[in-house]
Amino acid sequence: MPMSRTDKANTFWSYANPKKFLATTERMLPVLWVLAFACLAIGLVWGFFFTPDDYRQGSTVKIIYLHVPSALMAINTWLMMLVTSLIWLIRRHHVSALAARAAAPVGIAFTLIALVTGAIWGQPMWGTWWAWDPRLTSFLILFLFYLGYVALWEAIDDPDTAADLTSVLCLVGSVFALLSRYAVNFWNQGLHQGASLSLDKETNVADVFYQPLLVAIAGFVLLFVALVFYRTGTEIRARRIKALLARERAQEGMGR
Amino acid sequence: MIALLLRDLRLAFRAGGGFGLGLAFFLIVTVLVPFSVGPQSDLLATIAPGVLWLGALLACLLSLDRLLALDWEDGSLDLLATAPLPLEATVSVKALAHWITTGLPLVLAAPVLGVLLNLPGPGFSWLLVSLLLGTPALSVIGTFGAALTVGLKRGGLLLSLLVLPLYVPTLIFGAEVARRGAVGMETSTPLLLLAGITAGAVALLPFASAAVLRVNLR
Amino acid sequence: MMPDLGKYADTVISAYIVSLLLLAAIVALSVWRGRRVRAEMERIEARVSKHG
Repeated sequence: MPMSRTDKANTFWSYANPKKFLATTERMLPVLWVLAFACLAIGLVWGFFFTPDDYRQGSTVKIIYLHVPSALMAINTWLMMLVTSLIWLIRRHHVSALAARAAAPVGIAFTLIALVTGAIWGQPMWGTWWAWDPRLTSFLILFLFYLGYVALWEAIDDPDTAADLTSVLCLVGSVFALLSRYAVNFWNQGLHQGASLSLDKETNVADVFYQPLLVAIAGFVLLFVALVFYRTGTEIRARRIKALLARERAQEGMGR
Repeated sequence: MIALLLRDLRLAFRAGGGFGLGLAFFLIVTVLVPFSVGPQSDLLATIAPGVLWLGALLACLLSLDRLLALDWEDGSLDLLATAPLPLEATVSVKALAHWITTGLPLVLAAPVLGVLLNLPGPGFSWLLVSLLLGTPALSVIGTFGAALTVGLKRGGLLLSLLVLPLYVPTLIFGAEVARRGAVGMETSTPLLLLAGITAGAVALLPFASAAVLRVNLR
Repeated sequence: MMPDLGKYADTVISAYIVSLLLLAAIVALSVWRGRRVRAEMERIEARVSKHG
């Protein structure tokens, strides 16, 4: 797409140009890193040291500052991958497909944090590390979807084919992940009538817990943005390496 | 279309086509379960519907990598893609052929194997109904997975990794029908949901499979 | 300085340690691969421009 400085409508899509994307994110990244780590540090230190214990859950309530933001971002990462996959399928911008690829391992990390903190939290609260609670189960399934998505990217050599196939997988996977979410809800209620394990913390979170939680969520979001920008840059460069090597081979072939 | 279906069926029944492999796997899994969990008949009766569903699902999974790979290797997939028949129809026929050669035998074998696991009396008909409704979805979803991995040299394990999460809703509702049926509970809700998943998958997934196959044939 | 975590001290602290380790791991992996790829690209770009 030819770029013109006067064309306002094109400003958003102009970031689909890898060079422009790299230049812009390069300028933004230092600020993003600092902000992300500052928010994370403030939110977690505030939450860990300066909040009271919950009368019911004791000090374990402090895990909320890790558990809720990571769970939130684990889902939002998949949503972001869905959106960028759609953009790739419709508008064929390479940066979009590479951003989806860059986000997936970050999503895996967030999902793992949510699962592990959930298990550690569940141990004293429910007396078990793992319960087939609908929410826990859904996250386990989400984790499997992430694994499959990353494995498919890694398995295919041609970058455009890989981008196409993973995008379709992301679309189909989203539908089935949603179905699984409802299926799992149904399934566990079918097993234990009125399960006593409720993970609904939002209902009774007081302001003392809420404010540091918001800061921690902001920290996770910023960290996600910084990581995705950085990793997308890496993917763009890796793609350029492939293109350069291919061109070099082609020239050698002609010279012979 | 019918010619293609007949051709696929003939290929599958021919020696080396893999017909019967899924059945044998299903049989072995069912026979091994009592060895691993113990011979108490009440325990076996409790887990029988779930084990039979899981066995059928895994047997189905086992046969997926042959679904398109043979046609890919000998180049007939390229011919099919350029044929006047739209690729969406081709993958639907492929899924149907897979269901007839793999899914249907599994459905018919399940009640027989249910006897080995002390499946309670009312469970047999519900197991049959739920498998009959659910296995088409397994074939269609599997075709999508096979189309995704068709160009890869060692796609078998990746195929399983991709398809298993997609099987979760079908497995949950299908096994729920069989389980509820076995203990005489109401089954219409999971049955309807299972039918909904199968109908949706059969109607929509061929488009995704065909799109993916076009990318792979590019 | 350290807040009184009561009987759940192990739980809370292990949750924090595991999470921070995982976060550090994903950041470290990203930066490690990013640096390597960037160096590789610069090396190849230099070689390509030299050859014309």
